[in-house]
Parts: sequence; C-alpha cells; structure tokens
Amino acid sequence: MNFLSLFVLIPVLMMMGLFVSCSRKQLQIVMTIGASLLMILSGILTYMYLTDRAAGNLATMLYTADTVWYAPFNIHYSVGVDGISVAMLILSSIIVFTGVFASWKIDPLPKEFFLWFSLLSIGVYGFFISTDLFTMFMYYEIALIPMYLLIGVWGSGNKEYAAMKLTLMLMGGSALLLVGILGIYYASGATTMNLLEIAKLHNIPVAMQYYFFPLTFMGFGVLGAMFPFHTWSPDGHASAPTAVSMLHAGVLMKLGGYGCFRVAMYLMPEAAHEMAWIFLLLTGISVVYGAFGAIHQTDLKYINAYSSVSHCGLVLFAILMMNETAATGAIMQMLSHGLMTALFFALIGMIYGRTHTRDIRLMGGLMKVMPFLGVSYVIAGMASLGLPSLSGFVAEMTIFVGSFQHTDTFHRVLTIGAVSSIVITAVYILRVVGKIILGPMQDKHHEELTDAVWYERLSVGVLIAAIFAMGSAPFWISSMLHESVIPVVSQLIK
Amino acid sequence: MQYTLLILVLPLLSFIVLGLVDSKWKPKVAGTIGTVVLGIITALSYLTAWEYFTTAKINGVYEKIIPMHMEWIRFTEFLHIDLGILLDPISVMMLVVITTVSFMVNIYSLSYMHGEKGFQRYYAFLSLFTFSMLGLVVATNIFQMYIFWELVGVSSFLLIGFYYTKPSAVAAAKKAFIVTRFADLFFLLGILVLSFYTKTFDFGILTAEHTTVFAGSAGATFLGFGVISWAMAGIFIGGAGKSAMFPLQIWLPDAMEGPTPVSALIHAATMVVAGVFLVARFFPVYYFQTPEVLHGVAYIGAFTALFAAVIACVQTDIKRVLAFSTISQIAFMMVALGVSGYEGHEGTGFMASMFHLFTHAMFKALLFLGAGSVIHAVHSNEIKDMGGLRKYMPITNWTFLIACLAIAGIPPFSGFFSKDEILSASYEFSPYIGGIMTFVAALTAFYMFRLYYSIFWGKDYTVKAAAHGHDDHGHGHTPHESPFAMAFPLVFLATVTCFAGFIPFGKLVSSTGADYIIHIDSTVAIMSVVIASISILVATLMYRKPSATPDKLEKTFKGLHTAASRRFYIDEVYLFITKKIIFNSVSRPLAWFDRHIIDATMDGFANTTQWVSVRIKGVQSGQVQQYAYVFLLGTLLIAALVFFI
Amino acid sequence: MDILNNILAGQVPMELYLGVSLIMFFAGVYGFLSRRSMLMILISIELMLNAADLNFVTFNRYLFPGQLEGFYFALFTIAIAACETAVAIAIIINIYRNLSSVEVGNLDQMKE
Repeated sequence: MNFLSLFVLIPVLMMMGLFVSCSRKQLQIVMTIGASLLMILSGILTYMYLTDRAAGNLATMLYTADTVWYAPFNIHYSVGVDGISVAMLILSSIIVFTGVFASWKIDPLPKEFFLWFSLLSIGVYGFFISTDLFTMFMYYEIALIPMYLLIGVWGSGNKEYAAMKLTLMLMGGSALLLVGILGIYYASGATTMNLLEIAKLHNIPVAMQYYFFPLTFMGFGVLGAMFPFHTWSPDGHASAPTAVSMLHAGVLMKLGGYGCFRVAMYLMPEAAHEMAWIFLLLTGISVVYGAFGAIHQTDLKYINAYSSVSHCGLVLFAILMMNETAATGAIMQMLSHGLMTALFFALIGMIYGRTHTRDIRLMGGLMKVMPFLGVSYVIAGMASLGLPSLSGFVAEMTIFVGSFQHTDTFHRVLTIGAVSSIVITAVYILRVVGKIILGPMQDKHHEELTDAVWYERLSVGVLIAAIFAMGSAPFWISSMLHESVIPVVSQLIK
Repeated sequence: MQYTLLILVLPLLSFIVLGLVDSKWKPKVAGTIGTVVLGIITALSYLTAWEYFTTAKINGVYEKIIPMHMEWIRFTEFLHIDLGILLDPISVMMLVVITTVSFMVNIYSLSYMHGEKGFQRYYAFLSLFTFSMLGLVVATNIFQMYIFWELVGVSSFLLIGFYYTKPSAVAAAKKAFIVTRFADLFFLLGILVLSFYTKTFDFGILTAEHTTVFAGSAGATFLGFGVISWAMAGIFIGGAGKSAMFPLQIWLPDAMEGPTPVSALIHAATMVVAGVFLVARFFPVYYFQTPEVLHGVAYIGAFTALFAAVIACVQTDIKRVLAFSTISQIAFMMVALGVSGYEGHEGTGFMASMFHLFTHAMFKALLFLGAGSVIHAVHSNEIKDMGGLRKYMPITNWTFLIACLAIAGIPPFSGFFSKDEILSASYEFSPYIGGIMTFVAALTAFYMFRLYYSIFWGKDYTVKAAAHGHDDHGHGHTPHESPFAMAFPLVFLATVTCFAGFIPFGKLVSSTGADYIIHIDSTVAIMSVVIASISILVATLMYRKPSATPDKLEKTFKGLHTAASRRFYIDEVYLFITKKIIFNSVSRPLAWFDRHIIDATMDGFANTTQWVSVRIKGVQSGQVQQYAYVFLLGTLLIAALVFFI
Repeated sequence: MDILNNILAGQVPMELYLGVSLIMFFAGVYGFLSRRSMLMILISIELMLNAADLNFVTFNRYLFPGQLEGFYFALFTIAIAACETAVAIAIIINIYRNLSSVEVGNLDQMKE
C-alpha cells in the first residue's frame, strides 16, 4: 500500500480510537496524537517531495499507486501528489491540528463531534491525494455530509437553516459536478477515470467540453464561493462551530479552487479558453462584491465570510488567467487564505466564547483585557489586507503580477478592478480592528474577561507562525508550486 | 560593505525581541535595548556614508553599489522580487537622516514616554519603523520598495494608534492607513503597468541613463497619454499619499494624535518624505520618459505648498501647525524635483530637493521635539494655553528659535541654503512657480514665528495656567525645562541645524552622481531673506506682545479664516464620499441586494421545492388501505397492459 | 361432467385448486381493503399467504411432479407467516396500548 493512504488511514484510526475512548481526556489524547501524526506525515511528505524533485524526478505526480476498486466502471483507487497537493496537504494538516485545539472544550457530545470532525478530515485528505475522478468525487461527498451535522448540532444562531442551506447548495453543486465528471469520463473514451490518463489522452470533443466545462467549473465553483453561488458561505460560517468554520473556510473551500484547476481546466482546456471570460467576470465580481459586502456587516463571522468570498474569488480569478504566475499565485492564495481565515475563525470563536456576542457594535477595547487575542486579531487582519511579510502579500502580489502579464487588455482591466479590492479590504479590516480590539471598552462586563489559555494559544500560535513563515520565506513554496502548475498551464496554452 | 546588512537586521531583531517579550521585561531594559541598537546602526550608517562618499567615486561620478542581494520570490522569467541593499548618494544620505533622527527620538522618548503603559511596545514599534524605513531607502527594486512602503505604513498605523484606548487616536490611525493605502493602490497599479512594459522591477535597469527597456511601450497610449506616463503618474500618486500632497494630505494633521516623538520621527522627518524619495529615485525615468508627469508634480507641489501654508497660519494646535508646515515643506521638495533638469546646472532642483529633505528632517524633528518638550511641560497642545515659556524653558526656547529661523530661511541656518536653491530652481523653471514659492516662504516665516511667539512670548504663563484650572489634573506647577534625555536631542539637532548648511551637499548628492557646485543666486537669496525678515517682523508685531491685531484681522477675513481653520473642508468632502457614497450608497444597497435578491433566489429554489411537495403530499394520506387499493389497481392495470398489448 | 367424473375417480384437475386459491386470495384482498380492524387485516394477509401456498403446492404437484421446491417454499412461507404474525400482533398490541384502538384509519401519525 502506498504511504499516501496513511493520510486517510490515520483519521480512520482516530475514529476507531474515539469509539473506544470514554472520557474527554482520552478523546483529547486521541485527537492530539492523530493530528500530530498527520502534521508529521505531511512534514515528511514535503521533505521527500522536495528531495525527489531536487533529484530530478520530473513526473507530473509522484508516489502514484493504482488499485482496481470496481472493475465494471473502471473505478480505481489511485493516489499521487504534486506540489499543489503537497501544499494543500500541509494546509489541511495545520488546520486539522489547530482545529483540534480550538475545539478542545467542545460541548456537548465531544465524542460525536470529534468523530464527525475526523470523518470530515478523511474527506479532505482523500480528495487531495486522489487522482481518480470517482474517488475524488466520493471524498468530496464524504467531506460535505459531516458538515450538515456539525453545523446543525454544534452550531449557533439559526443553525438548522444554515446547515440545510449549506448542505443543499453544496449538494446542488456536486450534482452538477457528477454530471460533469461522468461526461468527462464518457466523452474522453478513456478506459479509466484517472485524470492523468484522461489528460494524456486529451481527446474530449470540443463540442462536449462546452457542456461539461461549465458544469464542472460551476460545481466546484459553488464550493469556492463563486458569485452568485456564495450565499451559503455567510450563513454557514456564521452558524458553524469554531473548528468547523476553520476547517470549512480553511480547507473545504480550497477543494473548490483545487478542483476547478485540476479537473475542469486541466481536462478541458479548449472550453476553458473559450469560456474563461464568463467566469472571469463572475469571479471578478466576487472579489469586489465580497469586499464591499463585508464593509456593511456587523457580525464578525459575516464579515469574515464575505471576506472569504472576496479572497476565494481571487483564487478562481487567478486560475482563469491561465498563466503560470497567476496560477501559482492562486495556489498560494489558497494556502494563505486557508491559514488566515482559519486564524480569523479561531479568534472569533475564542472572542465569542468570552463575550457571547459577535456583534461588533457591542464590543470595544478588547486589547486591554485580552492582549494575546487582540494582537493575534490584528495580525490576522494585517495578513488579510496584504501586509508584506505575512502570507497574504506574497499570494496577492503573485496573482496581480501574473494576471497583469496577460496580453489581453480585457484581462488587464479586470485585474485592475481586482487590485482595487485591497483598499476595500483595508477598510473593513480596520473598521473591525478599530471597533472591537482598539478603542475604549464598550461593555463593563467585558472587563472581567480573561485572555487565551494554553490550548488556544497553541492553536493561534501555530497558525500565526505558518502565516509568518509563508510570508517571509515564500521562495521555496513558490517554486514548488510553480513547477507543479506548469503541466496544467501548458495543457491550456497548447 | 557587507556590514550595511546589519543596519537592517539589528532593528528587526530588536523589534522581534521587544515585541515578543512585551511587558515581561522592565521598561528601562526595553528602552535601553532600542536606543543602543539605534546607536549602533547610527554609527554604522555614518561609517557607511564615510566609506561610500570617500571611495565610491569612479571617474568623478558616484557609482551605485549593491553589497547585498538575494532573490525573494520569482514571478516570471523576468520579474522577480529581490531583497537587497542599494547604496547610492541619495540612499546613503537617507540612511544618515533616518538613523540620526531615529536615534535622537529614541533617546528623547526614554524620558518623554517614561511611565507610559506599553513603553516596551512603543520601542518595539519604533524599531519596526526604523527597520522598514531603512529597508525602503536601500531598496534595489521597486517591489522591495513597495514591500517596505507598506511596512512603514503599518508601523505608522501602529504608532499613531499607540494610545489605542483613545477613539480619536484609533480614528486617526485608521484614516492614515486607509488614505495611504488608497494611494498605494495607484502605486501598485503603476508598478504593474511599468513592469508589464519594461519587464523589470530593477532600479538599476529602469533608471539607467540610456536604458532601452522603455522601447516596448513606444506608441502604447491610453486616453491620449503614454502608458508609461500613466504608470509614473500612478507611482507618483503613491508617493503623494505618503508625502501628504493635495488632495491626499488629510491624514497627516490627524496623525498628530500619536505620541509627539513619533510625529517628529515619522510624520515630519522620515516617512513623509518617502514620496519625495520615490520621485527622486525614479527621477531619470520621470525626466527622460515622462516630463509631463514631472511638471504635474511641480504644479501639485506648488499648490500643496501654498494650500498648507495658508492653513498653517490659522491653526491653534501646536502640532497641527507643524503638521501643515511639514506638508508645505515637503511640497517644496516636490516642486524642486518637478522643476529640475538633469545635468549640471539644470540639476539644481534635484540637488536642492535632497538638500532640503536633509535639512528639513533635522529642523522639523527639532521643532517637533521642542513642541513635545513644551507639551510635556504644560500638558496641552493648544497654543492658547501657552505663552511666556521662555523664562522656564531656556533650552527649548533657544533650540526652537534656531529651528524657526532655519525653516524661515534666515542665514546662516541650514534652511536658508536649501530653500534658496529651491527658489532659484523654481524661478528658472517659471516665474509664476517661483513667485508662488517665494510667497509660501514668506507665509512659512510668518506662521512659524506666530507659533514661536505664541509659545514662548506673549502673555505670562502662570496666569493662564491658573485660569485654565490645571490644578484639577495636578499639573498646576510651573513649567520647567525638560530633563537631559529630552534636552540632549534638542541641542544636538540644533547644532546640526546651525551647521548643516555648510555641508558641500552638491558634491555628495546630485542627479547624475557627478559633482555639483552650489551657487547662491544673490538676487533670489537677498529677496527671500528680505521677505522672510518682513514676515518675521509682522509676526513679531502681532504676536510678541498680546495685541488686538490678530483678532481684528480674523474678523476682517472671517470667511477665509473659517475656511482655512476648517482646512478648506477637504475632510468633509472625503467624509461625504466615504460615508455617504461608498458606505451608504454602495455598500448598504449591495448588502441588501445580496440578502434580498441573490440569497432570496437561492431560498426561492428551496421554497418552490417545498411548495410543490406540500401540494403533492396529499397523495400520501397515511392510510395503509388506500395505498393497498392504489397498489392493486396499479397491478391490475399493468396486468391488463401485459395481456392486451 | 368430465370434471365431475375425474373428481370422483380421484383425479382432481389443477384448475380447481387454482380456483380455490383465487377465491381465497381475493377474499384476502377484499378483507385487506375493506376491514377496519387491524386484526382482521392481519387475518386477510394470512389468507393471501395461504392462497399463495396453495398455488406453490399445486404447481409443484401438477407441473413438476419429480421436484420438491414448491413444497419447500410453501413450508418456508408458513414459517415466515408465523413469524410475521407474531411481530404484527406485537405491534398491534403496542398500538393498542398507545392509542386504545386498533382501527387502521386512525394510524396516520407517521405521515409527516
């Protein structure tokens, strides 16, 4: 068995461990060990990957393995990673790890919570290691379903509505996706669902691509919060418990961008070329629209959800620019957004746990009573508005520079529109920071609140460290991603 | 000159250490660390300057030296952000200015900020600022500059908002950040356009005299102007944002909410001249490729200088007066760059601009630190709470006077030399600009001495203190001279101000790197000194002793006075645009649209499905016999079909 | 008359068996549809099952005389019918305890 399968196996073992544990302490131990193992594993994987690449291994995917799973439909269980998947696996591991600590004292039903949480991470990891369209889709569904229960049971506010809305919209997306995937399979005439094989064949008739490209792109686009299919994101995130928001905004939304890039664009380059302008417009709207939408919100999570719409819009926007730099930027933006949005949601959860409100009008001057959380919030904000040395800057700049290198004026004009979002981002971030973190105390009761405790500090600290690491030493991750997007982009240029 | 790296690394380390330990170490330790680090890098900067100006000359021209260089991130084959250190006359000059002023401010703050909550944080931020500003000036490429440009922006944000529990400070910090961010958007777009056509970020390539990188953009125009003009205009807007040029000046007066030493360092001496530095850095590009943009810089500068000087005449907050004076003086530098030619005598403007940057940094820092000393003594920013302080604070009085004379352009103080060069360059460019600048110089002398007399002369202090009830706060004691840590920087900077004018600046910094001999144009010099003296005389008559003239004048020009003291309503215009248009007319409808149109459509699908299901669910009555009956009929029907078809 | 002779001779034709089972089956269907009491419905179901058993046996006896599948199947059905009756009565008793009625018309609470 290929060692990549460990990414799925460890969460499975975690689930077994959770079944037999009977106290909160045991649950915590199981989750910590599992999440740490996943972290270590992704660290080892990164190291191996980089050494193998340095040694001159030029295959598109490394560590591939293939097992027949259901012969009549040519469904294989096939795995393999390239730089993009490695980056996403690192991201997932970091967020699962920090998510465990962010939900350290989850109540009620901790056991069930962690079970669903592990199942969710199985879906996420499985998706990123899969190279077979069917298993990819299957893991995608595995990731979606726990979401319903996690939000519906452990959420807050209008949780039943939010859970139902999120699940239905994402399921709607995956219905489009299923049609798209089956279409790709049959139209390509391949004898396998392995996407590398299909890409190598590269014989989906262009007329068919016109049907299946928009279906696939939209199917993944719903998860990537593409305008106008983004409305699940504010409600869903606002109601979800902290760790679920983190995992969802941090990793699950990345499935959308990853899928668009890996499946829709890679397999149907001709249609992608022809139809990109439609989606460019939509994602361009997402970028600006999300930012403007965030200005007006008063709920911390809504602000962050709209900001996610804007930032994830930028991911899809950059992918559609179809050049190496912009695509590298898009993957970096996925990483960066994953880290900082997870940090945001973790902090919001922690603040909410203390003040019991997320309404920015009811808070103020929290820096005074919780300096650690306050400083972290400012750092997260700064990362979000693209301060150099934090991750947001390198990602956004790569996207902007890459997109602006496009020879088409239409694309450059759109890029200018997207660039203008950095000002709007600054406005809404500073509005929140100025209102709740700085300024005078708003509520007398808030003066007795306490700062973060060790597990919260650990969770936040890891995320901040990752954001700093990516922001101040972007060269290795940038070059790793750059060489991995080349196969996809060269397919597009052909 | 590898050691120049230390100039950057040490303040960064100091920031990281002080930022991490925060309040775990004693304030004294943090302050000492910050100051000592600054002392070391100041010494290193002086060493660098010495070594550079003595050895870097090849064929009579200062070469650019790049002692450190690494690739940070690669975008495309041509485009990559490098981090490096570029030493040339202007960056070395800036190193000296920044480290000197920063060092002085660090020393000054030891006493000024003594006992403040967050003292350690303050020193951490100062280190961060110094690091970013130094990184900005030694940038080898435009993207590195942009990186540090953003970092100085955020350090400015953090320092303005240092008193973070004060709503006005938070608002000012936000305003400063957002306004400069808005300008940075154009800076970034400028970089993007420029790099798209030239395929490089590197200053060495862009600013080389006979560069070919602009050939690719030939003929590419947009709305009648060349694309490079647009790019360079965008870059200038970025600079104008940081340097508070009209109409982006609104953040600087508010930024005075920060601690006074911060105002001295960031909002007077160093960060606000980043825009000037940027234009100077790109000077060959502006001059050779886009002269029309360069002229635009001159006009905007001239207007801003006049505009800010008029406002400065009526402000009543000591720091605001200095803030508008700063805007006006930076505009002087911009004008000088805008009117400058390139080689030889033509290049007066460039040299004068850099010279004025240098002298202004010293005397404006001195003015701010002096103002800080006064504020420290009387615990108020308003000039009406001051007066007659010369008896209590002799050192502050004398150093402040020196700075005022320098900014007014009275020889032999440093301001005279640099301002005189700017004026003569302006006259050579156009008599109108020259005339405006002379008028602004006269206004400068007037408002500075208005300030000086109002603080140190005028009415006796103690009477006013009692009248204003300072006893409530326990500050009723007579004001006294500041302690050594605050007085030393004043004296040091005053000394520099006295003698800086005699530095052979033209031999060190010029547009081409070749020697430039400063001529004092006697007509311009005599005229400006005479006008400045007259202004000072007027100010003396009006403000030295309490008199009714100012009030009378105020009544006569009521409209102008009100408009000027309200800063010509520019803030209100911005407020209207942001609050009414962006927030209420764009964002609010958009939020509504999102909730009630887009989301409602999605909900609509769900509701339709539900509606249909309610309609057809009557079929499922729950009566098992009814089901069976339907089932039976169905079976019979199928059986019939099978049989008869 | 042939039929009568055959019967008297001990040779009962298959159609007669099938006729009996048909009547039984539709009696069961009628009962199932028209009765209100759950017990009577249960009895009707039993009637239908027995009609099916009869068919199994008949077909086995007449069409595939050498084989035993039909008989086995009939036995199976009887066993299953017994189990089913036991479960059904248990359910009915529980329903009676909860609703004090075994009227099938009242049992529509699970529709929503």
